[in-house]
Amino acid sequence: MRADLEIIQQWVKPGHHVLDLGCGDGTLLDYLKRERNASGFGLEINPDHITTCMNRGVSVIEQNLDTQGLDNFEDNSFDIVLMTQALQAVRRPDKVLDEMLRLGDEGIVTFPNFAHWRLRWGLALSGRMPESDALPYKWYNTPNIRLCTFKDFEALCRQKGIRIKSRRVVDGQHQNNWLARFWPNLLGEIAIYRITREKM
Amino acid sequence: MPESLPVDSVGVVTPQTYHFEKPIELACGQTLERYDLVVETYGELNADRSNAVLICHALSGHHHAAGYHSMDDRKPGWWDTCIGPGKPVDTNRFFVVCLNNLGGCHGSTGPNSINPNTNKPYGPDFPVVTVGDWVKSQALLADRLGIDCWAAVVGGSLGGMQALQWSLDYPDRLKHAVAIASSPRLTAQNIAFNEVARQAITSDREFHEGRYSDFNALPRRGLMLARMVGHITYLSDASMGEKFGRELRDQAYKFGYDAEFQVESYLRYQGERFSESFDANTYLLMTRALDYFDPAYEFGGDLSKAMAKASCEFLVLSFSTDWRFTPARSEEMVNAMIAARRKVSYAEIDAPWGHDAFLIPTPRYTDIFTAYMDRVAREVGA
Repeated sequence: MRADLEIIQQWVKPGHHVLDLGCGDGTLLDYLKRERNASGFGLEINPDHITTCMNRGVSVIEQNLDTQGLDNFEDNSFDIVLMTQALQAVRRPDKVLDEMLRLGDEGIVTFPNFAHWRLRWGLALSGRMPESDALPYKWYNTPNIRLCTFKDFEALCRQKGIRIKSRRVVDGQHQNNWLARFWPNLLGEIAIYRITREKM
Repeated sequence: MPESLPVDSVGVVTPQTYHFEKPIELACGQTLERYDLVVETYGELNADRSNAVLICHALSGHHHAAGYHSMDDRKPGWWDTCIGPGKPVDTNRFFVVCLNNLGGCHGSTGPNSINPNTNKPYGPDFPVVTVGDWVKSQALLADRLGIDCWAAVVGGSLGGMQALQWSLDYPDRLKHAVAIASSPRLTAQNIAFNEVARQAITSDREFHEGRYSDFNALPRRGLMLARMVGHITYLSDASMGEKFGRELRDQAYKFGYDAEFQVESYLRYQGERFSESFDANTYLLMTRALDYFDPAYEFGGDLSKAMAKASCEFLVLSFSTDWRFTPARSEEMVNAMIAARRKVSYAEIDAPWGHDAFLIPTPRYTDIFTAYMDRVAREVGA
């Protein structure tokens, strides 16, 4: 099993109502439905993913975060809002984070770390935009238009009054990596953040 | 006529008439003492009666959704593209039921039927039926067929409204509702178009206040105009442009008012053909049923409150160029379902054909419809 799913699953309580932003082929929601009896919806724009979701019985809504936003969802209408590997692909990640915590008590965000040593090394050595397992695209066709590092993300959270409840770091294959725990911003490829609004 | 039947056709089918002797009370307060429903079915009902799918027709539709009535038929049923062996509504797996709704003009009791009180056709005395009335009669038909619970109730346009109504009126009697190119209520613009259609019919001198059969007359011109204006709303600007452009029937302008542009002669042809096969009173009735449909009405306009009654899962589909029931109307439905925490999936399909797109198989539409119905079939063991 993918380590990230295992980690996320631990943070979802039985019967939770979940919104998954950029739910892909519905693997995570399907998993949470089976393992945690979670209900909820996924938003997706990829036609093939949407079809797959529908076939496996995951409730999926075709909705584009950049152009349509999340206005159609009511405040506090979910227990948890998830966004796995999509934060770096939206136009305004800062606004999406606000929206996530408007809709749910808690958010879970995963994204690739642009400060991973291999990316730093690649850029330093070759002078070309880095590519990796987590970021397999060319600079001109990448959907990942808002790449950031763990440190960047955490700075944004501080600035926005978002509290990080937990952070777990995995490698590009979503496996636990003990090394990454010591120096995450250098050695971690993907982080899984659990966030909530700072209590006023 | 098909020389031989396509392999993915349900083949030659024969409609059946079901007589109902128990009176049915309608939303308008009137009662039909007895009535007939004309029905076609495709595929086989399985042993545990779990694989039945109800297909609800739109404004001018009827019970003949798939297959051919004879080898002389020029065209198959109106939704043959989606119903048949290996098609989205797969008749190898599902038992498919389609009926002509009450008030229709294709065999079910309607304005053309004989009023037992007068021994003359009902004509304008036929009660105005609602989407709720149709669903009620469909539930009685389900009883008759021994179907406790539909695997899915499926419809496009006005048919999608019936699927939605089913989910609210008989939440325990369907597992899935599929509403394609539909709307939770008409907009003012929708009603306005219906009103133009009705005015076209009622102002035809041959209409005789709906008693045209007494005068051996038919309001052909009115019905033709009604259909012409309706037809425009089913297409998109782009699809009309693609099909006709500004093409002339002859080379040059004639400086007169005959049908000179191809689009004019097409509309006239469609209108004329329709006026020969459809009943004017039925057209009035069907458009009124559309106008009145508004399940949110009794909840102060809050559709999500209405949706709280539903327990089935929903598939909602819209088409990008549909301006009769725009994607926004479908999204209104979906958002109400989301707010009510119902299970719903939604996609907006890119298709150039306007409202009519729900009848035209495009790859993405077919993929999604097939994927969803495949899952329904697996779920009910079909």
